[in-house]
Amino acid sequence: MKVQRSSYSLRKRLLAISVVLGAFGLVLVARAAHLQLISPDFYQEQGDARFLREVPIATSRGTITDRNGEPLAISSPVESVWANPKELLQHANRIPALAEALGIPNDVLAQRISQRADKEFVYLRRHMNPDIAQAVVDMGIPGVYSQREFRRFYPHGEVMAHVLGFTNIDDRGQEGLELAFDDWLTGKPGAQQIIRDRRGRTVENVDLIRAAEPGHDLMLSIDRRIQYLAYRELKTALIEHGASSGSIVVLDVPTGEILAMVNQPSYNPNSREGSGPEAQRNRAVTDVVEPGSVMKTLTLAAALESGKFTPETPIPTAPGYMPLPGGYTVKDFRNYGTLTMTGVLTKSSNVGATKIANELTNEHQYDMYQRFGLGHASGSGFPGESAGVLRAPNLWGPTEKATISYGYGLSVTPLQLARAYAALGNQGRLHEATFVKGADSASVQVIDPAIATQLMTMMETVTGPEGTARRAAVMGYRVAGKTGTSRKASGGGYAAKRYAAVFVGLVPASKPKFAMAVVIHDPQGLEYGGGAVSAPIFHHVMDGALRLMDVPPDNIEQWFAAQAKKNAASVAAAPPAAPAAPAVPVPVESMQ
Amino acid sequence: MSMRDFLFALLVAAVLSSAIAVVHARHLHRQAYIALSGLQRDRDELNIEFGRLQLEQATWAEANRIEQVAGTRIGMKYPTDDDIVVLQP
Repeated sequence: MKVQRSSYSLRKRLLAISVVLGAFGLVLVARAAHLQLISPDFYQEQGDARFLREVPIATSRGTITDRNGEPLAISSPVESVWANPKELLQHANRIPALAEALGIPNDVLAQRISQRADKEFVYLRRHMNPDIAQAVVDMGIPGVYSQREFRRFYPHGEVMAHVLGFTNIDDRGQEGLELAFDDWLTGKPGAQQIIRDRRGRTVENVDLIRAAEPGHDLMLSIDRRIQYLAYRELKTALIEHGASSGSIVVLDVPTGEILAMVNQPSYNPNSREGSGPEAQRNRAVTDVVEPGSVMKTLTLAAALESGKFTPETPIPTAPGYMPLPGGYTVKDFRNYGTLTMTGVLTKSSNVGATKIANELTNEHQYDMYQRFGLGHASGSGFPGESAGVLRAPNLWGPTEKATISYGYGLSVTPLQLARAYAALGNQGRLHEATFVKGADSASVQVIDPAIATQLMTMMETVTGPEGTARRAAVMGYRVAGKTGTSRKASGGGYAAKRYAAVFVGLVPASKPKFAMAVVIHDPQGLEYGGGAVSAPIFHHVMDGALRLMDVPPDNIEQWFAAQAKKNAASVAAAPPAAPAAPAVPVPVESMQ
Repeated sequence: MSMRDFLFALLVAAVLSSAIAVVHARHLHRQAYIALSGLQRDRDELNIEFGRLQLEQATWAEANRIEQVAGTRIGMKYPTDDDIVVLQP
């Protein structure tokens, strides 16, 4: 043991221990340094992940307004209540109370939660009134939360429904302009970093990662008042004539902007249940119709351009019918004898139009129609817009050439009709149709301004005392227009008693402001023509629209004359005064 | 104290004070951010309230309703042709 004792050295032992302990310490320091300096990310992330959260900042969809800034579609916040089933199921005894507060049957709610027992998220009820949702959350049931969402409201309901379309439950556009301008209207949700505690409550907002960009507002060219007026008149007329459907388009002639576009049947975009695609279609741009006699104006445009005709050229239409080589016979309503070319338009003679078309080449006739935008989309960008049907001229036989000249054998949308006539009123400049105010849409000169002016003068006779559309006249204004009545094709032929009544007009004729197309499908009863069904709608809507937009009258003399007549009548008939003569001449029968 | 020691002490002091300044700036940033998000929340609430009021106004001002109120409750009507008098200059 001596050896052992002699080898015993306190110093050495202490040294050994301190070396070992020092080594431990060094390892710890090295590890700490390694974590702090060399690879800190892993634990940093793990630490952050336990309390730092990145949460989205909700943004609202842009508002859609009319041309005067009146809101047409607004997103308003609603609350959606959701639950974490894992948490909630630990307190299953409170589910009945929850179901009652949410207004959902107890068994439905219980089933929904148990089906998703292994998930961490389930919507209990979406789009609730914020106050009710807050009350539900305040019940303090574990695992029940609410989140803010936006819902779209349409204060004008069915009047604007087709133009605006609608959004789905996630506030994305599904139809109409909501779909066409979805990217513009939708905001970019932002993101922020927050500190949350164990129970998911926000302790502190730490930092903004991305600011939320709210959606852009959209100002439409639609005028709410004209839109309502058109809708009201369309609905009244549909009921009066027992018609199945109809559309009205009103354009601003100098700019090509769409001022009103309404359709019947319509639907309430705020609660769409029970309305099928029949009601949801924007017929004014998606549905086509054979325009009938309103095409004659464009046929005459080609005739004037050919140089072979002037408005006074005599056209013999006797005896009121005309057999074609193919065996088909073109018929007029009655024998008009010899008409001037203006008279062909005034009386709407099919024989006259056929004889004029016979002097034109197929190509020229076709070119004129397609220059006015027929067979092309109107440029409005509306989802589901139809381009119409206009067959190539080399496919036209003699029968087709004749029928196309007066509006059968081709199909157009009401918007295309309004747009083509707006070009006539706009000195021959055709604008792209647009729904956006101040869009300054592209335009192209389609015919010589002189020809456009001639046609306007000719079309004024249609609403005059000799014309087919006397009921379209508006007191104090000169009105140019054209009626059309087409039999509807069905099952390979033309149906016996199904008609489309069309009227397209421009007012005031001296310096057109409005172009309006009216198409009514399946009017019932004895009066089914464009002059009897559609022209009065034009009268009512334009009467109001001219006043609303402060358009100065261009035919004051008519007013003076009517007044002088009224005064004379009231002097002649001693009191009680006889009712004054109606300003709008009482119409007789009207055809095509 | 040599120049070298003095510089060293100065740098240590500078490091410490800048570290404290960083903490302070961070604190100010959080305070400001909290104030900002509070104001943003107020702004959003006001915008939303404005939207709700616009919606309410638009609903009350709906043309169909105005027409009914004008026609039935206060007995207004459109002027007929008989009611319009045109003054000759």
